[in-house]
Amino acid sequence: MAFISGVGNTRYGKIDGSTTMGLAATAAQAALADAGLEPKDIDGLLTGYATTMPHIMLATVIAERLGIRPAYAHALQAGGATGVAMAMLAKILVDSGRCRAVLIVAAENRASGQSRDQSIQTLAQAGHPDYEVPYGATIPAYYGLLAARYMHQFGVTDSDLAELAVVMRRHAGRHPDAHLRTPITRDDVMASKPIALPLRLLDCCPVSDGGIAAVITRDPTSAARVRIRGAGQAHLHQHISCARDWADMGAKASADRALADAGMGLADMNYLAVYDSFTITLAMLLEEIGFVRRAGAGEAARAGRFEVGGDLPLNTHGGLLSFGHCGVGGGLAHLIETQRQLAGRAAERQAKNATIGFVHGDGGVMSSHVSMVLERV
Amino acid sequence: MTDTTTLSTDPLARDWWAGIAQGRIGYEVCADCSTAQFYPRGHCTACGSTRVETRTAAGTGTIFSITVVHRPPSAALQPFAPYAIALVDLDEGVRLMAHADPALAIGARVRAMFVPFGDRTVPRFAAAA
Repeated sequence: MAFISGVGNTRYGKIDGSTTMGLAATAAQAALADAGLEPKDIDGLLTGYATTMPHIMLATVIAERLGIRPAYAHALQAGGATGVAMAMLAKILVDSGRCRAVLIVAAENRASGQSRDQSIQTLAQAGHPDYEVPYGATIPAYYGLLAARYMHQFGVTDSDLAELAVVMRRHAGRHPDAHLRTPITRDDVMASKPIALPLRLLDCCPVSDGGIAAVITRDPTSAARVRIRGAGQAHLHQHISCARDWADMGAKASADRALADAGMGLADMNYLAVYDSFTITLAMLLEEIGFVRRAGAGEAARAGRFEVGGDLPLNTHGGLLSFGHCGVGGGLAHLIETQRQLAGRAAERQAKNATIGFVHGDGGVMSSHVSMVLERV
Repeated sequence: MTDTTTLSTDPLARDWWAGIAQGRIGYEVCADCSTAQFYPRGHCTACGSTRVETRTAAGTGTIFSITVVHRPPSAALQPFAPYAIALVDLDEGVRLMAHADPALAIGARVRAMFVPFGDRTVPRFAAAA
């Protein structure tokens, strides 16, 4: 069995003077302490990438910084799905007997370590360098294309999308480490400045600094008894120009594999952590996977289903949209919040009956999907 | 005139943009299984054949999706903003990204024109007359 025995994070936001390594170290040390472990206990280390600190072997840079000498270590890259992918590989390593305790860590000073233009240009490279980027495309533009088509095809409205941003902000208001905590209304979202229409500023996640980490162990090492019960992936395209069936981006295929691996069904999930780089991302993922009907995400938000007290509490840390997005750590935050919820440690955000959690990461432009089922045992 | 020789390190992409500079939208068709594809790869993604030929599209198609970019990625592109980026389904059965008239809606029938943008000439679709 693979237990998430410890988690830790820095606050997310603009942290002047922060460095990728400093954020990684702070988060990793917090996760180790939470797991009741020391650097010498860690025999596996996985990390992602940092756009502000390109490096050919980031995992060992972090290991050395922390005083860890792992038997297994390297970095992974799956865009926004990297965090969940690291947890999936950690489970594989622990289940196979190769590792006893794997540290997964993600950090980046994405907000303070570069200019806004640099950040936008770097991220736009998820698009095709020859056939997409030259048009002045940006990540919001790729998701703007998704939004326009999806809204046209299924009848989703601007108002439906805005509801999701409002819920994420309300959640973030209860998390002391969240980047954006000031409450917003649906009208605020719909009146915010245009970025890549139909997407407006408040439909988009912020660019944040932050670090976050977890320790996945073969045996429980702390009071938290949360295990990874199943995981799955799907990768149907890289570039949005090459996505074939826009009602089937791979999210459902990935979720179905994770659920089959866990031996469970959608109806068994009572806590949700779903990637939300933009409001449209969250709507499409929830609807394609099947937690709500097509064009039903806004309606479910309005009905209070995604609230802490709802039947499908969703991204109670505030998600990428409001907790913040520091790259790999943005998507990993969903997993960490799920561990806290299932362990009953989510303080004023605690959902009452969170025992089985579903986590989903999306990399690129609905390109890479990784899903996971967590369970309180 | 755009110097297309410096636009990419990929020879297939350089050729494609050289075609655009001359008002031609290229796409590939497999000589073995007849599948049309975009972007150019030099091999067929349907059957794996390396016998693909480049053809010139008629330049007509349908808007599949469209977004209007108000926040460009760089100061150099700011003078062009807002501009519309679209995915266009060409009548030959391939989809490509291009610029478009921001007033166009999904489903609109369109025809390609060629206009300067940033460091090159790009295809820009307008309503088919």
